[in-house]
Amino acid sequence: MEARFLLGFLLLLSLSSFAFAIYEDQVGLADWHKRYIGKVKHAVFHTQKTGRRRVVVSTEENAIASLDLRTGDILWRHVLGKNDAVDQIGLSLGKYVLTLSSQGSVLRAWNLPDGQMVWETDLQISNPSNSFLHVLGNVKSGRDSLSLVCNGGSIRAVSSIDGLVVWKKDLSIDGLKLKHVFQPPESDTIYAIGFIDSSLIALYHINAKTGELLKHATQASSVDLSSEISAISSDSLVALDTSRSNLLLIKFMAGTITNHKLPLSDIVQDFSGLAELIPTKSNDIFVVKTPSNVAFIKVKGDNEIELIGKADEAGIVSDSLTLSEEEQAFAVVHHSNNAISFQVRINGREALTEGIKIEDHRGHVKRVFLNNYVRTDKSHGFRALIVMEDESLLLMQQGEVVWSREDGLASISDAVVAELPVEKEGGVSVVEVEHTLLEWLKGHMLKLKGTLMLSTPDDMAAIQAMHLKSTERNKMTRDHNGFRKLIIVLTRSGKVYALHTGDGRIVWAHLLTPLLQSESCPSPSVLTLRNWRVPHRKALQENPSILLVGRCGAGPESHGFLFIVDSYSGKVLETQILDHSIAEVVPLPLADSSEQKLHLVIDHKLNAHLYPRGSDALEVFVREMANMYYYKVENAKEDIKGYAFKKGCSTGSSAYCFGTRELWSVVFPSDSERIVATARRKINEVVHTQAKIMTNQDVMYKYISKKILFVATVSPKAAGGIGSAAPDDAWLVAYLIDTVTGRILHRVTHQEAQGPVHAVVSENWVVYHYFNLRAHRYEMTVIEIYDQSRADNKDVMKLVLGKHNLTAPITSYSRPEIATKSQSYFFTHSVKAIAVTTTARGITSKQILIGTIGDQVLALDKRYLDPRRTANPSQEEKEEGIIPLTDTLPIIPQSYVTHTRQVGDLRGIMSFPANLESTTHVFSYGIDLFYTRIAPSRTYDSLTDEFSYVLLLITVVVLIVAILVTWAMSQKKDLQEKWR
Amino acid sequence: MEKGKAMARRWAVDFSDSSSSSHPTVADPPGFARSAPDLDETSGSRQKKDAEAAWKAQKAWEVAQAPFKNLLMMGFMMWMAGNTVHLFSMGITFSALWQPISALRSVGKVFEPYKDPKVDLNAPRLLFIALNLGGLLLGMWKLNTLGLLPTHASDWVFSLPPAKEVEFAGGGSPFY
Repeated sequence: MEARFLLGFLLLLSLSSFAFAIYEDQVGLADWHKRYIGKVKHAVFHTQKTGRRRVVVSTEENAIASLDLRTGDILWRHVLGKNDAVDQIGLSLGKYVLTLSSQGSVLRAWNLPDGQMVWETDLQISNPSNSFLHVLGNVKSGRDSLSLVCNGGSIRAVSSIDGLVVWKKDLSIDGLKLKHVFQPPESDTIYAIGFIDSSLIALYHINAKTGELLKHATQASSVDLSSEISAISSDSLVALDTSRSNLLLIKFMAGTITNHKLPLSDIVQDFSGLAELIPTKSNDIFVVKTPSNVAFIKVKGDNEIELIGKADEAGIVSDSLTLSEEEQAFAVVHHSNNAISFQVRINGREALTEGIKIEDHRGHVKRVFLNNYVRTDKSHGFRALIVMEDESLLLMQQGEVVWSREDGLASISDAVVAELPVEKEGGVSVVEVEHTLLEWLKGHMLKLKGTLMLSTPDDMAAIQAMHLKSTERNKMTRDHNGFRKLIIVLTRSGKVYALHTGDGRIVWAHLLTPLLQSESCPSPSVLTLRNWRVPHRKALQENPSILLVGRCGAGPESHGFLFIVDSYSGKVLETQILDHSIAEVVPLPLADSSEQKLHLVIDHKLNAHLYPRGSDALEVFVREMANMYYYKVENAKEDIKGYAFKKGCSTGSSAYCFGTRELWSVVFPSDSERIVATARRKINEVVHTQAKIMTNQDVMYKYISKKILFVATVSPKAAGGIGSAAPDDAWLVAYLIDTVTGRILHRVTHQEAQGPVHAVVSENWVVYHYFNLRAHRYEMTVIEIYDQSRADNKDVMKLVLGKHNLTAPITSYSRPEIATKSQSYFFTHSVKAIAVTTTARGITSKQILIGTIGDQVLALDKRYLDPRRTANPSQEEKEEGIIPLTDTLPIIPQSYVTHTRQVGDLRGIMSFPANLESTTHVFSYGIDLFYTRIAPSRTYDSLTDEFSYVLLLITVVVLIVAILVTWAMSQKKDLQEKWR
Repeated sequence: MEKGKAMARRWAVDFSDSSSSSHPTVADPPGFARSAPDLDETSGSRQKKDAEAAWKAQKAWEVAQAPFKNLLMMGFMMWMAGNTVHLFSMGITFSALWQPISALRSVGKVFEPYKDPKVDLNAPRLLFIALNLGGLLLGMWKLNTLGLLPTHASDWVFSLPPAKEVEFAGGGSPFY
């Protein structure tokens, strides 16, 4: 208790309120929210003459969105679940967007203007496979139009108006895979073509209104058929064989099928390698893409084909765009250096070629979607959506990039924080000062008016705008409070972005993998990024830099590479292709003389390679080598192994290569336990004190170790989703393992519990979240760990004289005696991510940041997860801030740090300290990004932005004036009395 | 008061100064011995002096006992203030500490008026000091009950940084 008082206001302040929130007008003051959609995989244009021109896209992040074609802004967006991948999208009736997802089993209709879901139909497909959607325009039963969903051998016709399944036809033939469905104009018959076991071609005639099978025919094919086909007219289609070097022209007329094999080398002279068919729509033209070129081929009469156009370089080809009955347009895009050439070919002839400059950090073109518009002179104009290697989306029109979206940021895989440059000292002109002073005064006058409730709505708007526009927060320099930082993120495509914490803008972005692409490194992919050099006392003048680690191929044995990138500019300082593989990167708590952090790269043969390469780094490491350990969690093998390092490695004689020696292993019985989650403390977390003071002024010593690994295992039966196991078959075991010695410090079993488990470790505690099958609720458990071997350090005299062993270094080899305190609570939500706030000195109380199922971030005070909570706390305990025990953790709406925003498909939460002890940065990412600053114990160490300096100033001035006036008055009165 | 008087009259002449015998410029008339009456009334003055000494001693004892009342008063106030840390109890406690300290500092001045060669001031002085020390102790005791004295182990370790660890272990699940 006394300690609390001596700590000052801080805790008292924090105790004074359970929750805190921000006011409505503070939204956007410190936070920002960016929405993205992810890598586009399908696009459907909707360009009516009237109304907004828009494009509906579906992405690999399972999002569907409608974008404004003029600006690229999101008009609406829906993020489907993780297991609900969109297979295909289409438009129906000109007002609905149809999406087929979950491997063809769910069909949904969305209202095109506002994105409201109109209907959803579960197609109840027993064996989901490669399904496709076909929207029929001509089947008119009233105002309805049918959508056909084909899956394997069955067809379902779904009404576009209400999503009811109108008819269902199961062709019930083993091995049948329908490939194409079409309907000749003005006909009630649907033709469905499929392959049976890749050797038979089958044709079915189906009544479009009833689903009645009218006719069917099969024909043996002369070649083995692959899955790629292209429909080229109302009665013929082209398929590729499994060797991808022969074409098969299939004709079907009046119930008969003929097929004709055509070797590709006959048509395209210098053909080699594997060909690819580009889907087209009728008009007797099809496109074959080969590794070296793109061929446009026309079918003439019976079994005769002709090459009508050829684009020489292999480019990216769009799907066909029907301009009129006779005209089909394709876009072919080539990439060279930092420009792309965009070519539109109508019926194979070149119609338009444009060269467009593109920033080289976008990489190569990956996909292109073509769209046309009619110019005022009735000619066709073309625009194209281009998906680049970095997953960004560009709209091109008339040789220009109209807009671009950095949608790569929807797939962040890792993030680190870097400092901004120090502000240069230099003179600021007087005019500028006067200007800012005037602005400053004006701003404060407005604020004052707001405080005194004299402001008009206009003033309120001005105040809001001023808040948002505040230039101070967007400066490119380091600030005293540490609010301005760079968040450096790595995306799935391997692109690295630096985001400013002030407003989330991209300071620099680089796609580094193309720089490496060579024979020695065929398909580079970046695995992770780490801080390489952090500004420090000695290295203040050096720019901070980050380390990017990746590998050149897909397998674990492929060679690794390193990039060292300047944090300020994104410039590559060093590139290195390694002669070993990368299985793990271990950042060490050591640095060399130029403040570069030491990293150990562990290869798949368990050799450790030290970076940076330098004699002083080697010296530093060798000196500490005896105290360095490595552990490896093998999720597949259900074991954890610990290693020590030794000189000399198995693969080479490099001085920087060290061998490993297995010290211990923890093997979980595979028939009863399976590792589902591991967690450990952040390596850079700062803890302020090792003592925990109890209500009765007793003291307990926290067991604070960075070596503790939390491991959660579940029974194999319960390893699946919730509901996959009966309560009796499910259990969850939580372990605390010392990673130096492999000693299990604590083990606790939760019966009738199962994953998914999310855990966070901080200071001396672990909080984990799991599902309780018996109670049918989620639970959260906290374990606090205390060191019993130091518990007898209670003699005040000894402590006063400093005769205690509390600051003596701890080693894991002295047997730790630990005591744990634990408590469990119900928690309403399932959890997507969990993190804990970190502050610069670790004094501020902690909050647990929980990514909820609603894609929001909830800040839950650690005091709710305090094992000392009791149902009836005593007066002293209440004073100390112990909350009465409840079975459920409260969810206070005001404690959502994301307030009303949602971070679509939330995947990670990151908290990093500001220089101000009270404040911490919170960055959460999913498809969207959200950043804010929070103060878990309120900002006790600074005045808030809301503080009215003018009010203070005025008060001071008024007081001084009052003093002067009263002094003068009393003088006068004195004089008068003296004269009396 | 003086101001009021000054206001009541416009002017005044004070003759009292000139009548003062201590005026250095005007000598005493011849034959006038200032000390003569004293010598005459020696026995009477001794009696007077004895009475005065007794009175002084009595007064000194009274002064010495004064902190006792204070002590009782303080005790009552402290009991009223309760054992929680807030503005009232803090104020009481600090005044309880401050009063004895200031009294002890001015212990010489307090007994100045009763200084007399015939009066033994040591005993009352000691009592005064003892009572004030008692008050101080009471204040300290209150401070302790409020939990503001560093008498527990927790007061000495609350900001003790965690001990350094000798070993370091890093790792995790390898990349796949």
